[in-house]
Amino acid sequence: MRKIKELIIEKSLLSSALVTIAVTVGIILVLAIEAFLFFKEVSFFDFLTDTQWTPLFTEKHYGILPLLSGTLLTTFIAISVALPIGLSISIYLSEYAPRSFRKTIKPLLELLAAVPSVVYGFFALVVVTPYLQQFMPSLSGFNSLSAGIVMGIMIIPFVSSLSEDALFAVPKALREASYGMGATRLQTAFKVVVPAASSGIIVSIILAISRAIGETMIVAIAAGQQPRLTLDPTVPVETITAYIVQVSLGDVQHGSLEYRTIFAAGITLFVFTFLLNTVSFRIRKKYREKYE
Amino acid sequence: MTEIMTEKTEDLKIEAPIVEKYKLQTRDVNVYYGDFQAIKDVSMNIKPRSITAFIGPSGCGKSTFLRLFNRMNDYIEDFKMEGKIKIDDNNIYKNKIQLEQLRKDVGMVFQKPNPFPKSIFENVAYGLKIQGIKDKKLIADRVEKALVQADLWNEVKDNLNKSALTLSGGQQQRLCIARTLAVEPSIILMDEPTSALDPISTAKIEELIHHLKKDYTIIIVTHNMQQASRISDYTAFFYMGELIEFDKTKKIFTNPEKKRTENYITGRFG
Ligand SMILES: Nc1ncnc2c1ncn2[C@@H]1O[C@H](COP(=O)(O)OP(=O)(O)OP(=O)(O)O)[C@@H](O)[C@H]1O
Ligand SMILES: [Mg+2]
Repeated sequence: MRKIKELIIEKSLLSSALVTIAVTVGIILVLAIEAFLFFKEVSFFDFLTDTQWTPLFTEKHYGILPLLSGTLLTTFIAISVALPIGLSISIYLSEYAPRSFRKTIKPLLELLAAVPSVVYGFFALVVVTPYLQQFMPSLSGFNSLSAGIVMGIMIIPFVSSLSEDALFAVPKALREASYGMGATRLQTAFKVVVPAASSGIIVSIILAISRAIGETMIVAIAAGQQPRLTLDPTVPVETITAYIVQVSLGDVQHGSLEYRTIFAAGITLFVFTFLLNTVSFRIRKKYREKYE
Repeated sequence: MTEIMTEKTEDLKIEAPIVEKYKLQTRDVNVYYGDFQAIKDVSMNIKPRSITAFIGPSGCGKSTFLRLFNRMNDYIEDFKMEGKIKIDDNNIYKNKIQLEQLRKDVGMVFQKPNPFPKSIFENVAYGLKIQGIKDKKLIADRVEKALVQADLWNEVKDNLNKSALTLSGGQQQRLCIARTLAVEPSIILMDEPTSALDPISTAKIEELIHHLKKDYTIIIVTHNMQQASRISDYTAFFYMGELIEFDKTKKIFTNPEKKRTENYITGRFG
């Protein structure tokens, strides 16, 4: 009787693992097939080099560059905000803050990532943009600047929390060696602790980038929906994710070329996040070895 | 300016005979970790250019006492200290003292070799660079000098850019000594510097310590009685936070005053 019970439990655990894998494989397969069908009609070269993305207009262009530039621009702005703030927080918490303070502030910071991103998107649109317009009258109502800044705030805990773990894991003996030679706390933090934790910090940054690239609501709400190949942060742009939302919610016909553009955009996004995850996985593996 | 001068001359008047004779003096030192008293009323005078060994059973407070001299205990949250510790003419627990300055003068070598995950050269140059020294030639000279002093130069001179972590344990510990010497301290604190090393590396480091004596005041914590008797001029025996006996090493090991000391060094307890 017990044997049968154990067998059932074991098999159901196994099957849930298999289901997860199957779903993932299924998603990738659908992505690949639909993208393949897309590329039968649109040349891969045009996709990568055309500077316009207008699949829904009468004059159709299928260049991914405008969407890609929108994604990279908002991501870049977000990281420019999250990196200095997140890193400063992590260094402060690990090297300066009393232990009790560290314990209370860390979960509070992680709350930032728990706020629904639609709230952030709205915040960017109705608070940050009008505020910035006071200093930058030329700023459009939709723009990558506010979206990027707010997204940066959202991903601060990705940088600060993981970096702090990496900094805190640096052996005390290294800090003592540095203090023992007359180094200040600041010198010790930047010349010994940060370099020793660099792989962990890099992983945290990659994960934050990965999160920013995949973020949808904030950019869909606040950055606009105009595919535009530009590095100007004050004008409306469209990111890959925002485009996918736009078309998914619209009434394009199932199986049409317009419909397949979603998958072409989706696979581009997938390639990026997949690469970033692989790199961070590699670094993390190496770094685990170093401390063991 | 004049104020400082008068203060100094006054100090000299009272303490002149002692100051010239001793490099480091402690008076009625008590240390607490929260409610626990780790050091009880310890007074001690240490002569310049001597080697002093701290011995005693585990947990008796040797490391705690040693780490007072470069204020390394300051980072422990519930650490508290009473009493006076003077190095040369300065009370090192006065608020005005600069920690960085103190630690340049009082170097430390730890139990487990702890080189930075940097190159051999960068490890030794670290102490100079944080002082803001930029002159490449000067740094290179001081690095070489320190490595020669630590008897490591011949083994690493062709590989200065290799990671310090590729060295053997004994070499790493000599690198840590070189790193300390590069800053040109006058006192070197060593907390069981050979306890993680094999006998040959240990012998090398003992020989090195012996050579360093002519320029430095060295205080070494050790659990190895032979080591203490081989290399030190003075030995301090601690027991449960108290300094039980402090005398010439020869006297401690041949004819100690206290029964407890005798029992410990003959291996009857501890
Ligand atoms: N950070 C700390 N907080 C609380 N108590 C401490 C702390 N560090 C040391 N102690 C206690 O103070 C006493 C002395 O410790 P210390 O490390 O100085 O001993 P030791 O003589 O160096 O021992 P060992 O030979 O094992 O290195 C011990 O009882 C120890 O438990
Ligand atoms: Mg100890």
